[in-house]
Amino acid sequence: MPENCNKASSDTEPLWRDEFSISRAHERYVSRRQLAKFLTLGSLGMFAGNAWILVRSWFRKPQSYQAAVVAKAGEIPVGGVKLFQYPRQGEQCIMVRTSEESYVAYSQKCTHLSCAVFYAREKNRLECPCHQGYFSITDGSVLQGPPTRPLPRVVLERRGDELIAIKMEPEA
Amino acid sequence: MINFDFIDRSETIATAAYVCWHCEDPTCAQVCPADAIKKGEDGVVMSALKPRCIGCSNCVLACPFGIPKIFPEQELMMKCDMCYDRTSIGKRPMCATVCPSQALAYVRKEDIASRREKPSNVFHFGNQTITTQVYIMTPPGTDSVTLDITEHIWEKPHA
Repeated sequence: MPENCNKASSDTEPLWRDEFSISRAHERYVSRRQLAKFLTLGSLGMFAGNAWILVRSWFRKPQSYQAAVVAKAGEIPVGGVKLFQYPRQGEQCIMVRTSEESYVAYSQKCTHLSCAVFYAREKNRLECPCHQGYFSITDGSVLQGPPTRPLPRVVLERRGDELIAIKMEPEA
Repeated sequence: MINFDFIDRSETIATAAYVCWHCEDPTCAQVCPADAIKKGEDGVVMSALKPRCIGCSNCVLACPFGIPKIFPEQELMMKCDMCYDRTSIGKRPMCATVCPSQALAYVRKEDIASRREKPSNVFHFGNQTITTQVYIMTPPGTDSVTLDITEHIWEKPHA
């Protein structure tokens, strides 16, 4: 221990003064016990945090989705898009009519940094303008760029002439 | 940093030195809420650390010697640090270098031991006793300096 460190740990000094000592040498000094305490408590904290996450995942209920009408069939032309909000207000999704009878819908939030993706018609893919992350139009998988996870897909169902969003896949 | 103030610029060239006394237990550092004032191993109480100082001027109000100065535009306290850039490489602090009468002097203890007046470093401010690392020369027989500031600033009520 540095020479002038003993003074700060006297009985008259409050405990916090020991941590925030006026003496520069004492402030910088880390004792073996302090380090061991920090490592022990730190790893205990990490363990407790991981245990908490594990226990929570056991009791997690699968999210329930409500069906919502997105559009009428034939409302948008082939190659056209429609933006809608699913499953809640403010969660923007994009629907693309890829051919006469096929529609696909994805969350519009790029899985990298949440920029809004758009449909590039001539390349037939979803593109994020922020960092050039490209997503496949067929299954939402990453074609290139910084995103690592595919775009969450909105499962569509056709009832009569209405297109209805059933659920998100994978679940958010 | 120059730690001098003119007393009355229009009337006299006399100056007052705000030379820090480098207390053993510095009051400025005791009251600092941001833990910005530190004492080095050599006992020199440093200026406030720039990244920590919040410019609250607690130290300015607390120091019984009135040494710390606040610079509100920089939100920073600066004080005499015994010209740390000079004294750390063996030079004398600037004030002691230029003082023509050596009223401020940076000398070894044995060099002034032969003088009639004796160095003392214990100050009493009311109930607070301060031991400093800078010495003041006092008449022989005095071992401490007692300053009652309130006695000087107290105005007698008008009769």
